[in-house]
This record gives sequence, structure tokens and C-alpha cells, in this order.
Amino acid sequence: MNEQGQIVKVGIADMNIAKAPDKIRTSGLGSCVGVVLYDERSTTVGMVHVMLPDSSLGRTEVINIAKFADTGIPAMVEQLKIEGIQPYKLKAKIAGGAQMFQFSSTRDTMRIGPRNVEAVKEYLKKYSIPIVAEDTGGNSGRTIEFDPTTKLLNIRTVNQGVRNI
Amino acid sequence: MMYDSKITSMHLDVLKEIGNIGAAHAATALSTLLNKKIDMKVPKVEMVSFDDMMDLAGGPESVVAGIYLRIEGDVTGSMFFVLPVEQANRFIRRLVQDENFDFQTGEVSELGASAMQELGNILSGSYLSALSDFTHLKIYPTVPALSVDMVGAIISFGLVELSHVSDYVIVIDTAINEEDVPNEESVKGHFFLLPDPESFDAIFKALGVN
Repeated sequence: MNEQGQIVKVGIADMNIAKAPDKIRTSGLGSCVGVVLYDERSTTVGMVHVMLPDSSLGRTEVINIAKFADTGIPAMVEQLKIEGIQPYKLKAKIAGGAQMFQFSSTRDTMRIGPRNVEAVKEYLKKYSIPIVAEDTGGNSGRTIEFDPTTKLLNIRTVNQGVRNI
Repeated sequence: MMYDSKITSMHLDVLKEIGNIGAAHAATALSTLLNKKIDMKVPKVEMVSFDDMMDLAGGPESVVAGIYLRIEGDVTGSMFFVLPVEQANRFIRRLVQDENFDFQTGEVSELGASAMQELGNILSGSYLSALSDFTHLKIYPTVPALSVDMVGAIISFGLVELSHVSDYVIVIDTAINEEDVPNEESVKGHFFLLPDPESFDAIFKALGVN
């Protein structure tokens, strides 16, 4: 019999770590991007729910590091290091970055989904973390759940069903 | 900048009154449209975390028909009108007289989608014009956009602007209900008005609140 795990939840602009048999999930990703960092040989994984591309966009003194791609990814790499996972072993799976509404407007905010995806890719590249699988863009909301045992990212949408990447 | 720490309970009361006035007008508009009595619940005005905002809207994964529009002018911000998808279906079926209409089939008829958009237009328009009359502020809503999806994915879009300055949001929430119909069949929507942080000063100033 398999040991039954819990589900570790990651909120919006939040990050967390899960260890098998637990799974890790974030719900209702729209323009935000869910980033999973894992080592093939470890069953400890991290997930960040990125809301904005760059912390220079933040106008507060104290920033929530999980909110931005440029701070959330390094912070997660550091946290995993504390868990004994070397950054060069890390791989990534990412999902989200949708455009939920179609506008004629050219406001920058309207393109936030694609910009988040670009920023996440840029920072993963900086750390030489390869993206093994991705499901980004489009115009559907996603709920994602990563299983640290199988390393599969389960993606649920309202109109396009469920798939594993 | 007036946000987070500087908002007092008196400020929240003022915002609640704003919500009351706007939503009362929207409820009247909806009553006329449906030829039915529409009940409006006193708005909830709270400062909540982003995650709590999702819970207010029914949990991040609940499927809704959401109308989104930007507000431009003296006050800027985002406005949402969300209806649980079953209720949106029932409503649009009645409006376009097509019993098979369903937002969840993926291929939504143009007529149904634009009827939903028009509903959003009428309701948010009457909400915002009441607000504009009351405050004498210029408020210009953009054409509403429609999305049928998880409420978390829809609402988080309206949080992008203020997430630059805060991890909290002031939500002016109004529930709107159809009266005298079985609970599960009544139209039960929510208005969420999310002013951009820099707009609070303008609102309070217009109302003579410091």
C-alpha cells in the first residue's frame, strides 16, 4: 500500500516546499506562472507562484520575494540548497502565463501573462536550470499539482481537461 | 500614499457607502431587465490578502462567468462582475431564449457571449454612473471583457496593478440576489470594485474625508 500524502498548498505570490509522499499544488493560475523546481533523484521539490516579472516593479519597501520572477526563483534555489539539493541538479516545469481577457487596449498590464513567462525563462536560464516541460500561454486558467514521486506536473483547466507533463 | 496602514475603519465605512449607492442602482437596473425583484446585500468592504480575496469570490477554482473592465478617469481601478457559471447559463438562456446555451461547452455562441457582456455593461455602467454622480468624479469604464474560467485566474488579473504596491487589497464587495425564487435558481452575483491604490486619495478627497 502506498503511503497517503497530504497536499501542500501554494497561494498566490507564495512559495513552498513539499516532500514525497506529499504533493504540491497551486490553484487558479491565470496570468501568474507556477514554477516547479526539482532534482530527478530527490523527492523534495519547490514551487513558486510568480505574479509579476520583476521586483523593480514593486514600489514597497519590504517586498514579498515569492511574488516576482527575479526574486522568487533565486529564493527557491536557496531554500532547496538548504534541503541539500545542489542548484546544478535542478530542473524546472512551468505552467501558466495565460491572457485571460482579450482587449484591444495596448496597456502593458494586459500582456502580463506573456511577460511573466519570459521573465521566468530568463531567470531559469541565469541559473542554467533546464525547462523539462511547460504549458504556458493561451487563455485558460490552470490548477497545477506536482507529484515529487513521479515528477509529473498535473494540469487541470476548465475547458481543455486534464493533462500531465 | 494612502494604503495599507493609513486606511481606518472610517475610511472603510465611506467605501461601503460608495458600494451601497453603486450597487443599489445596479440592482434596480437588473430588476428592470428581469422584471423581478432583486435583492442586494449590504456590501462588504475589507482589506484582505490576495488569497482571502479568492475565497471571497468562492475559492480559486470555482468556475464563473466574469466580466472585467478597467476604470479610467479621476479614479482608476478594476471592476468585476462574477456569476457562478450555472447561473450565468440560466440567465443567458432566458435572455436569448435558447435552452441549450452553455458557457461550459467551450464553443459559446456569439449571441450568448455578447448578451453576457451586455449584462455586465448595464450593471457596471449603472453602478459606476451612480458613483460618479455622488462623488462628482469623472469615471470612464472601458468596454467589458468576458471570461468563463476559474475565478482565481480571472480575479488575479485585477490584482496585478495593485500587487506592485501591496500584498493586500481593499475589496468593495456586493452580493446581488434574485428574490422569490428557489435559492439554487436565483441569480447570485458579486461586484468587486478594486480601486488602484493612488485612487483612494481622490475618492476620499471628493467626499471630504481626510
